[in-house]
Amino acid sequence: MIWNPQRECADRQQMQEMQGSALQAMVRRIYNHVPFYRNRLLAQGIEPGEITSIEQLRLLPFTTKADLRDNYPFGLFTIPQSEVVRIHASSGTTGKPTVVGYSRSDIELWAEVVARSLTMAGIHSGDTIQIAYGYGPFTGGLGLHYGAERIGATVIPISTGNTKKQLQFMTDFRASVLACTPSYAAHLGESILKEGISPDAIHLRTGIFGAEPWSGEMRCQIEKLLQIKAYDIYGLSEVIGPGVSMECECQCGNHIFEDHFIPEIIDPETLEVLPDGELGELVFTTVSKEAMPLLRYRTRDLTRLHRGKCDCGRTLVRMEKCLGRTDDMLIIRGVNVFPSQVESVLMEMAETTPHYQLIVRRENNLDTLEIRVEIDQQNWSDSIRELEGIRRRIDHNIRSLLGISATIRLVEPYSIARSEGKAQRIIDERHSNL
Amino acid sequence: MLIKQLSVFLEDRSGRLTELTRILAENDVNITALTVAETADYGMVRMVVGRPERAKNALENAGFTVGLTEVACVKMPDQPGSLHQILQILTAEQINVDYMYAFSNSNVALAVIRASDISRLIGVLQQHRLKLLSGNDLYQL
Repeated sequence: MIWNPQRECADRQQMQEMQGSALQAMVRRIYNHVPFYRNRLLAQGIEPGEITSIEQLRLLPFTTKADLRDNYPFGLFTIPQSEVVRIHASSGTTGKPTVVGYSRSDIELWAEVVARSLTMAGIHSGDTIQIAYGYGPFTGGLGLHYGAERIGATVIPISTGNTKKQLQFMTDFRASVLACTPSYAAHLGESILKEGISPDAIHLRTGIFGAEPWSGEMRCQIEKLLQIKAYDIYGLSEVIGPGVSMECECQCGNHIFEDHFIPEIIDPETLEVLPDGELGELVFTTVSKEAMPLLRYRTRDLTRLHRGKCDCGRTLVRMEKCLGRTDDMLIIRGVNVFPSQVESVLMEMAETTPHYQLIVRRENNLDTLEIRVEIDQQNWSDSIRELEGIRRRIDHNIRSLLGISATIRLVEPYSIARSEGKAQRIIDERHSNL
Repeated sequence: MLIKQLSVFLEDRSGRLTELTRILAENDVNITALTVAETADYGMVRMVVGRPERAKNALENAGFTVGLTEVACVKMPDQPGSLHQILQILTAEQINVDYMYAFSNSNVALAVIRASDISRLIGVLQQHRLKLLSGNDLYQL
């Protein structure tokens, strides 16, 4: 089923017309109400009236995370605070949190795009959704929540953590859908095995996972552990939260709800717009948002766009699963390394788990990479020869994929902190020693 | 004649082995034999204990990674050549020893042996009329 066929199946010309007029109105709003944008536009010699079509998007200035920080907390709001009905903030691991505001109609818009997303994954009224994303300033929990209510599903707003209670609710309330981060889904799946819960007691059919990058191999693992079909939901709080794009049953990329969030791919160095199919940084312009619309916001996520026809019937542009965020990319001895690449190596091997951590150090002016990998509690050997064999194979596969060598360290199951929110995959100690 | 050996994967972290012995002590588990093998990054503790199932549960509840591995324990006279005689038999029968630990005490020597095909190992030892100890024999030493 398609939640909003008029928008999700619009032909290209219709879509571009919609986007063009929404962009025109948006540029006018931000010019009139946000000094930051007015100054940026004036600096480029752009009068808001000049922008009339979507083709002119590339003339407009970019917005970055640093701009959000400089205007902390409410400097980019276009409406008076009395019209802001909600504030979310992303966990700032460094410095200030990123703040986003929502008007009443923004909250409606958010529920709409999440409703489209859930419908895209075959979820409907009658389903019971266990939302194990964090409720609070993080957009995951409440974002899924309103969309799930919109489609008329039964919501279990359990939030993160308390694995025992998660499993009890999952079985007793016969949850049919699980929504959480992929690493927490894997953790729940392992806990089901560990607790010896019978597969008959689990009624899950579908998983909605996002908020951190995950590989195709991790998808297989989760699908096997939980006996479900797993879908990727993409979003970032700056744009709206979860529901910026979503995978359909064809699973050939995520459909972006481009009537509200117009995507572009740029070369992160030259800032040139790249053609469809080329890898670059994803940029969004949120034309419909009222409280805090963003003009050409640089997400730092690396991906490709495709506009080919999708068998699901939707015409919405698709983005590939993100290769990683430019901030997650490690440069080790000059080689670009994404945690997702390491993950794909580990997931191809039966004897390891998807639980890993990358530790980068600088020793004698040389970058070193250590990869900690948990052994599989269900399936490990007390023969050191076998364990060393596994270690050597990881080493070999990493070296052939990345072209750099790493120290592989096998560690005890559960010794790498389990995220109930997001997994801490990287510890980069190079900068702390400067 | 199969003996259930407790195998514990230990990360190289200070105090980890003491934590292990504390849990066994608190659960009233007696250790008959123990060996620690180490690599650069981790250690493997292998031990024969009284009540191996109880020990396994207690350790797992405390977050250890524990397995039960089947091993054989062969008894021989405490004199030069005893072990050699046994290994000659195993070589002739093409049985590879994965690992082994041995000790002797009051004229008796004991060797705990692990091979991938453990039932064949036991069959061969019995065929050659070598004295094998059961779990209970060992725990009562």
